Amino acid sequence: MIKLTEVVARYPRAAAPAVNGVSIVAPRGRVTAVVGPNGSGKSTLVRALLGLIPLERGAIAVDGEEIARLDPRERARRVAVVPQRESPAFPLPVRELIALGRRPHLGALSTWSAADTRAVDDAIMAAGVGELVERSSDELSGGEWQRVRIARGLAQRASSLVLDEPTTFLDVAHEMSVFELLAGLARDGMAVLLVSHQLNLVARFADEIVLLHHGRVAAAGSPSTVMRGDVLERVYEWPVVVVRDPAVGAPALVPLRGRRD
Amino acid sequence: MTARLPSVLGALAIVLLLAMIAGVAFGNVHVALPVTWRALRGEGDPLVVAVVRDLRLPRVMLAALVGGGLAVSGVSLQSTLRNGLAEPYLLGVSGGAAVGAVLAVAAGAGWLAVPVAAFAGAVAAVLVTLGVAHAAGGRADGRMLLMAGVVVGAFANAAIMVVLANAPPDTIRDATWWMMGSVSGAEWRTVRALALYLAIGAVTLWLVARDVDALALGEEAAAALGVRVARATRLVYLVAALVAAATVSAAGLVGFVGLVVPHLARATGLRSQRALLAAGMLIGAALVVAADLVARVARPPAELPLGAVTALVGVPFFLARLRALR
Repeated sequence: MIKLTEVVARYPRAAAPAVNGVSIVAPRGRVTAVVGPNGSGKSTLVRALLGLIPLERGAIAVDGEEIARLDPRERARRVAVVPQRESPAFPLPVRELIALGRRPHLGALSTWSAADTRAVDDAIMAAGVGELVERSSDELSGGEWQRVRIARGLAQRASSLVLDEPTTFLDVAHEMSVFELLAGLARDGMAVLLVSHQLNLVARFADEIVLLHHGRVAAAGSPSTVMRGDVLERVYEWPVVVVRDPAVGAPALVPLRGRRD
Repeated sequence: MTARLPSVLGALAIVLLLAMIAGVAFGNVHVALPVTWRALRGEGDPLVVAVVRDLRLPRVMLAALVGGGLAVSGVSLQSTLRNGLAEPYLLGVSGGAAVGAVLAVAAGAGWLAVPVAAFAGAVAAVLVTLGVAHAAGGRADGRMLLMAGVVVGAFANAAIMVVLANAPPDTIRDATWWMMGSVSGAEWRTVRALALYLAIGAVTLWLVARDVDALALGEEAAAALGVRVARATRLVYLVAALVAAATVSAAGLVGFVGLVVPHLARATGLRSQRALLAAGMLIGAALVVAADLVARVARPPAELPLGAVTALVGVPFFLARLRALR
């Protein structure tokens, strides 16, 4: 479980905090989604979780333990993070890339064990990337690349998984396959916390949505409570309507043309 | 990939061994192979024994150490700074060492003082680079380190020009020869000291290599895998720079090894940092031993500058590799 309590985080030399008093609970067995306009503080939360920006106030805890007090390696054994931006400096075979997920479990002197191999094999299976393992990281499509990175996160054998915009640049089929994978992982007992721009997919797959606006929580709750036309219109500053998707029954956002005066 | 490691390293070790045998066997004084072998064991003509054991062998060993040291330094820096152009010399090491050496030469200090001054200059430049990058970036950002290193190097070059502009011809010649690199003055004392120093550096880089594997993915991914990014980056930079500084103080500037060998090591198909360190060390050692042999026998009795020969070998390869990387 990941728990953010009244988190305030500010980039060095920034006038205002990028995240200002945000509380989120992402329990095991559920998909929790953080949405919001560009610059609303979504990715800042992920960077704060990784310890890349210090918290000004508040706390982030994983499985009841504050991450500020955890060794980074111990944190990585509890929560796997798939960051938004990543590119290997030099192309890497997919299997080796996934095997890097074992790094939090390997000290400088410890040797690779059968348990490590098993964790990697299980992760490859769970993420459905078995046919990619012989490929090189620079031969993957965007969707394959995301699944491989999720596999690396699973190889960490953490109880929580955090993803920063995992479906950016993906086509419909790959978007769906990533979301179905995440929903399956949550069903199997993981805490899945996801930052996304795909409001309609989030509305279908997430159990809880947190809507950020200017670094604060504008709305939080089930998809039907957050996906309201007036709320989204105010936060995104664009005319929208929310309809009920005729096929699956989930709330769906339809942006309108231009500004309504 | 793991099954491949022993065969690659085995093949590279054989290449290095052959290069070292050639380095000991060939030279301006012709010595037949069986005679060389006996001389290595201290048998035969005392003059030949002296040539083989006190001149050629330490020279070959020093060349191997310099090549291996520059290679592990380059392998570590390229992955950590995520840049295939990163190399120890680009990061202020060579510039700082050259300033130290040139000042020592210009001050009329004896040849014993030059390595010490070179090392001090390199360490000073490395510390300035780290300080500048830290002050400018707030954290050990790879790009900041690269930029700071290049700028410190440029400053060092300017300082060298100022010192040499009005220096007497002897000083200019001595300084220039030092900057072109050479292992001709190899002594067992130097070899032993450098071996110990490089062993400590190489082991440190090997210990931190799993972090470097993660750093090569980028800051956020490395942090996600539990790496203390800023701390690990600084540590690798410092150790890699000190390793390079030691080679420079022992043999002057031997260009291109730190830049090219990491690419050669990756061309073997190996990817994990520990495998690359091992492969790079063998390749770098073999390359400099071979380059020194070429430097000795190409135009006898004169010697070509070692740093020039490694670059002459390195540049065509690097250009070919650039096309392959496209």
